[in-house]
Amino acid sequence: MEEKKGFFRRLVEGLTKTRNNIVSSIDNIFSGFSSIDDDFYDEIEEILVMGDLGINATTAIIEDLKRRVKEQKIKEPSECKQLLIESIKEQMNVGETAYEFENRQSVVLVIGVNGVGKTTSVGKLAGKLKDQGKRVVIAAADTFRAAAGEQLTEWAHRAGVDIVAHQEGSDPAAVVYDAIQAAKARKADVLLCDTAGRLHNKKNLMAELGKINRIIDREYPEAFRETLVVLDGTTGQNALAQAREFSEVADITGIILTKLDGTAKGGIAVAIHSELGIPVKYIGVGESIDDLQKFDADEFVNALFHIEE
Amino acid sequence: MAFESLSDKLQNVFKNLRSKGRLTEADVKTALKEVKLALLEADVSFKVVKQFVKSVQERAIGQDVMNGLNPGQMVIKIVNEELVSLMGSETTEIALRPGNEVTVLMMVGLQGAGKTTTTAKIAGKLKAKGRKPLLAACDVYRPAAIKQLQINGEKQGVEVFSMGDKMSPVDIAKGAVEHAKSKGFNVVILDTAGRLHIDENMMEELQNIKTAVDVTQTILVVDAMTGQDAVNVSDTFNQKIGIDGVILTKLDGDTRGGAALSIKATCGKPILYVGMGEKLSDLEQFYPDRMASRILGMGDVMSLIEKAQANIDEEKARDMEQKLKKAQFGFDDYLESMNQVKKMGGISSILSMMPGMSAKMPDIESAVDEKKMGRIEAIILSMTPKERSNPDILNPSRKKRIAKGAGVDISEVNRLVKQFEQTRKMMKQIPGMMGGKSGKRGKFKLPF
Repeated sequence: MEEKKGFFRRLVEGLTKTRNNIVSSIDNIFSGFSSIDDDFYDEIEEILVMGDLGINATTAIIEDLKRRVKEQKIKEPSECKQLLIESIKEQMNVGETAYEFENRQSVVLVIGVNGVGKTTSVGKLAGKLKDQGKRVVIAAADTFRAAAGEQLTEWAHRAGVDIVAHQEGSDPAAVVYDAIQAAKARKADVLLCDTAGRLHNKKNLMAELGKINRIIDREYPEAFRETLVVLDGTTGQNALAQAREFSEVADITGIILTKLDGTAKGGIAVAIHSELGIPVKYIGVGESIDDLQKFDADEFVNALFHIEE
Repeated sequence: MAFESLSDKLQNVFKNLRSKGRLTEADVKTALKEVKLALLEADVSFKVVKQFVKSVQERAIGQDVMNGLNPGQMVIKIVNEELVSLMGSETTEIALRPGNEVTVLMMVGLQGAGKTTTTAKIAGKLKAKGRKPLLAACDVYRPAAIKQLQINGEKQGVEVFSMGDKMSPVDIAKGAVEHAKSKGFNVVILDTAGRLHIDENMMEELQNIKTAVDVTQTILVVDAMTGQDAVNVSDTFNQKIGIDGVILTKLDGDTRGGAALSIKATCGKPILYVGMGEKLSDLEQFYPDRMASRILGMGDVMSLIEKAQANIDEEKARDMEQKLKKAQFGFDDYLESMNQVKKMGGISSILSMMPGMSAKMPDIESAVDEKKMGRIEAIILSMTPKERSNPDILNPSRKKRIAKGAGVDISEVNRLVKQFEQTRKMMKQIPGMMGGKSGKRGKFKLPF
């Protein structure tokens, strides 16, 4: 149905609208201003805020830009473009060991609020790992949402991996427990745990997550732990609250930023990284199984600002 | 709490204004600068914020405020008025065709906005109003989407029309309307697949459905947590498909919900309902004016009152008031009042609507664990009628039996009895607070 595409093209395609929007406005202001003044900074502020970076991160980036402009004695607005890109890139660096779980015996716990694309992301991740020749087991620990188990079973079927699922309404921690035993018995490389969507301000549901976390710690201490929080790229400032609250109950190691194939800019990820130090590890740019991609700060920012390599 | 809500923020700003007595031009500007930041943090569209701040400033600076006797109140009034006018001033409901004519509602939106859940919620609402709704499973793309709708439909007692995932959504929509006409359903709700507003093919599919069946209302379902993109999404859906109303979901989170303002301000379509939870009954009417009050920190007291009035049986309330006055309040009444609180969506739901409560929510929630309420219920139900109406006869042997019956530790029974005694004491002192129609806040202060 759909031809295979390279990462960059996919990302560029996914971000086309974003980029056209941001780049045209960025280019306009970089070429449209003759001097670096308050109006110029106001324009940049507007663009960043409209990209969902949030007012705090935006202010920080602009302060940083002002500092660099002063230090490097920059006079031309057009030179600020590169500075801006560098500044955001620096903030978004993933780090060397981000994907270590792929090479270890590991448990990947996938959490997030409702409707962000957890189940779909787990399905895609299973497919990717399977393609790498990994033995994967999925735990369908979303026992709350109607038909969530069926949805994930279909993904498991597509990816050709094993799945452990219980009935709707059963204890998710029990599903995880069983899945751990299954993963051990089948000598799985990676155990992927899908969980029910939960708003981060619901205390009981967050406590349930804590319980799942403890089960994994207790039953599978030898496994490498990876906990990914899935954030909807169209979400605004609330994503920051989500990341913060989830990191209270689980040791979050990374973010899956989904739905970046729309017009949303996902700029909140920049704010989250700068404020909480949680890196984006994957981005979702479409609905097919290949549309989950490893995050690359350089390419992300380049694609965002439309720089051909 | 790390996050101040928009309400809290504005409240803080105006607290300073209030204490000053008279308002200068500089004060207005300082206040509005805070308002601007708060609105941006609330994810209100940048352009909408600009417009908003400008219009408030125009109104606030100058004679309106300067002549006012209470400048602080004046600014709140202006900000409130502008917020209300931004969100639309009237309450709108889904327009249905009269009698047996078939109304077709088409639910559209991005992936994960909550269309399928909302579809089932609306069906339940319409069914309660005496309509005969039919759900049509038009999402043939997402795995198990049909199954999800079927399960939700079953829970609501509403039939779901499906032709599997091999047919085109247009044919399914046609089939559903035919089925409705022949089987006597008068509302068909089409649950369509989530799609990106820039996906031309998928948007065309919606246009085709609209051409194939006579869609009465197209309803856009939007996640309340949406950021700046809310404007793009609603605007594009409106231009390409034409929408008649909006439903805002996941408003039970701690999002500040700026999307509500942005959508209303840019595409002018009314917000019909708000999704307030995962239970299929958690779909509420949207009141623009109350939402504005809530944003301004006045709390959604109005909404609370209405909720309480609908759920609390007036007669029972009066009855209880009598009992309280005579200090006959027993465990049965305790259970009754607890159930009334439950009916209103649980304590946390009620408290979150009170002004100034949102910031304190985490503490309260831990204090009034709703699971604990279940245990209390079990304990009370393990008592004999005599024990319930006359708690004074509870001796250790009786308590032991009750603990066994409820499957709890005896210390929990003791704790409940002690709590009950305190409640009774307190109730004696303030008999006017329970019951009555006044809808006073104190009415809900049950010490669980």
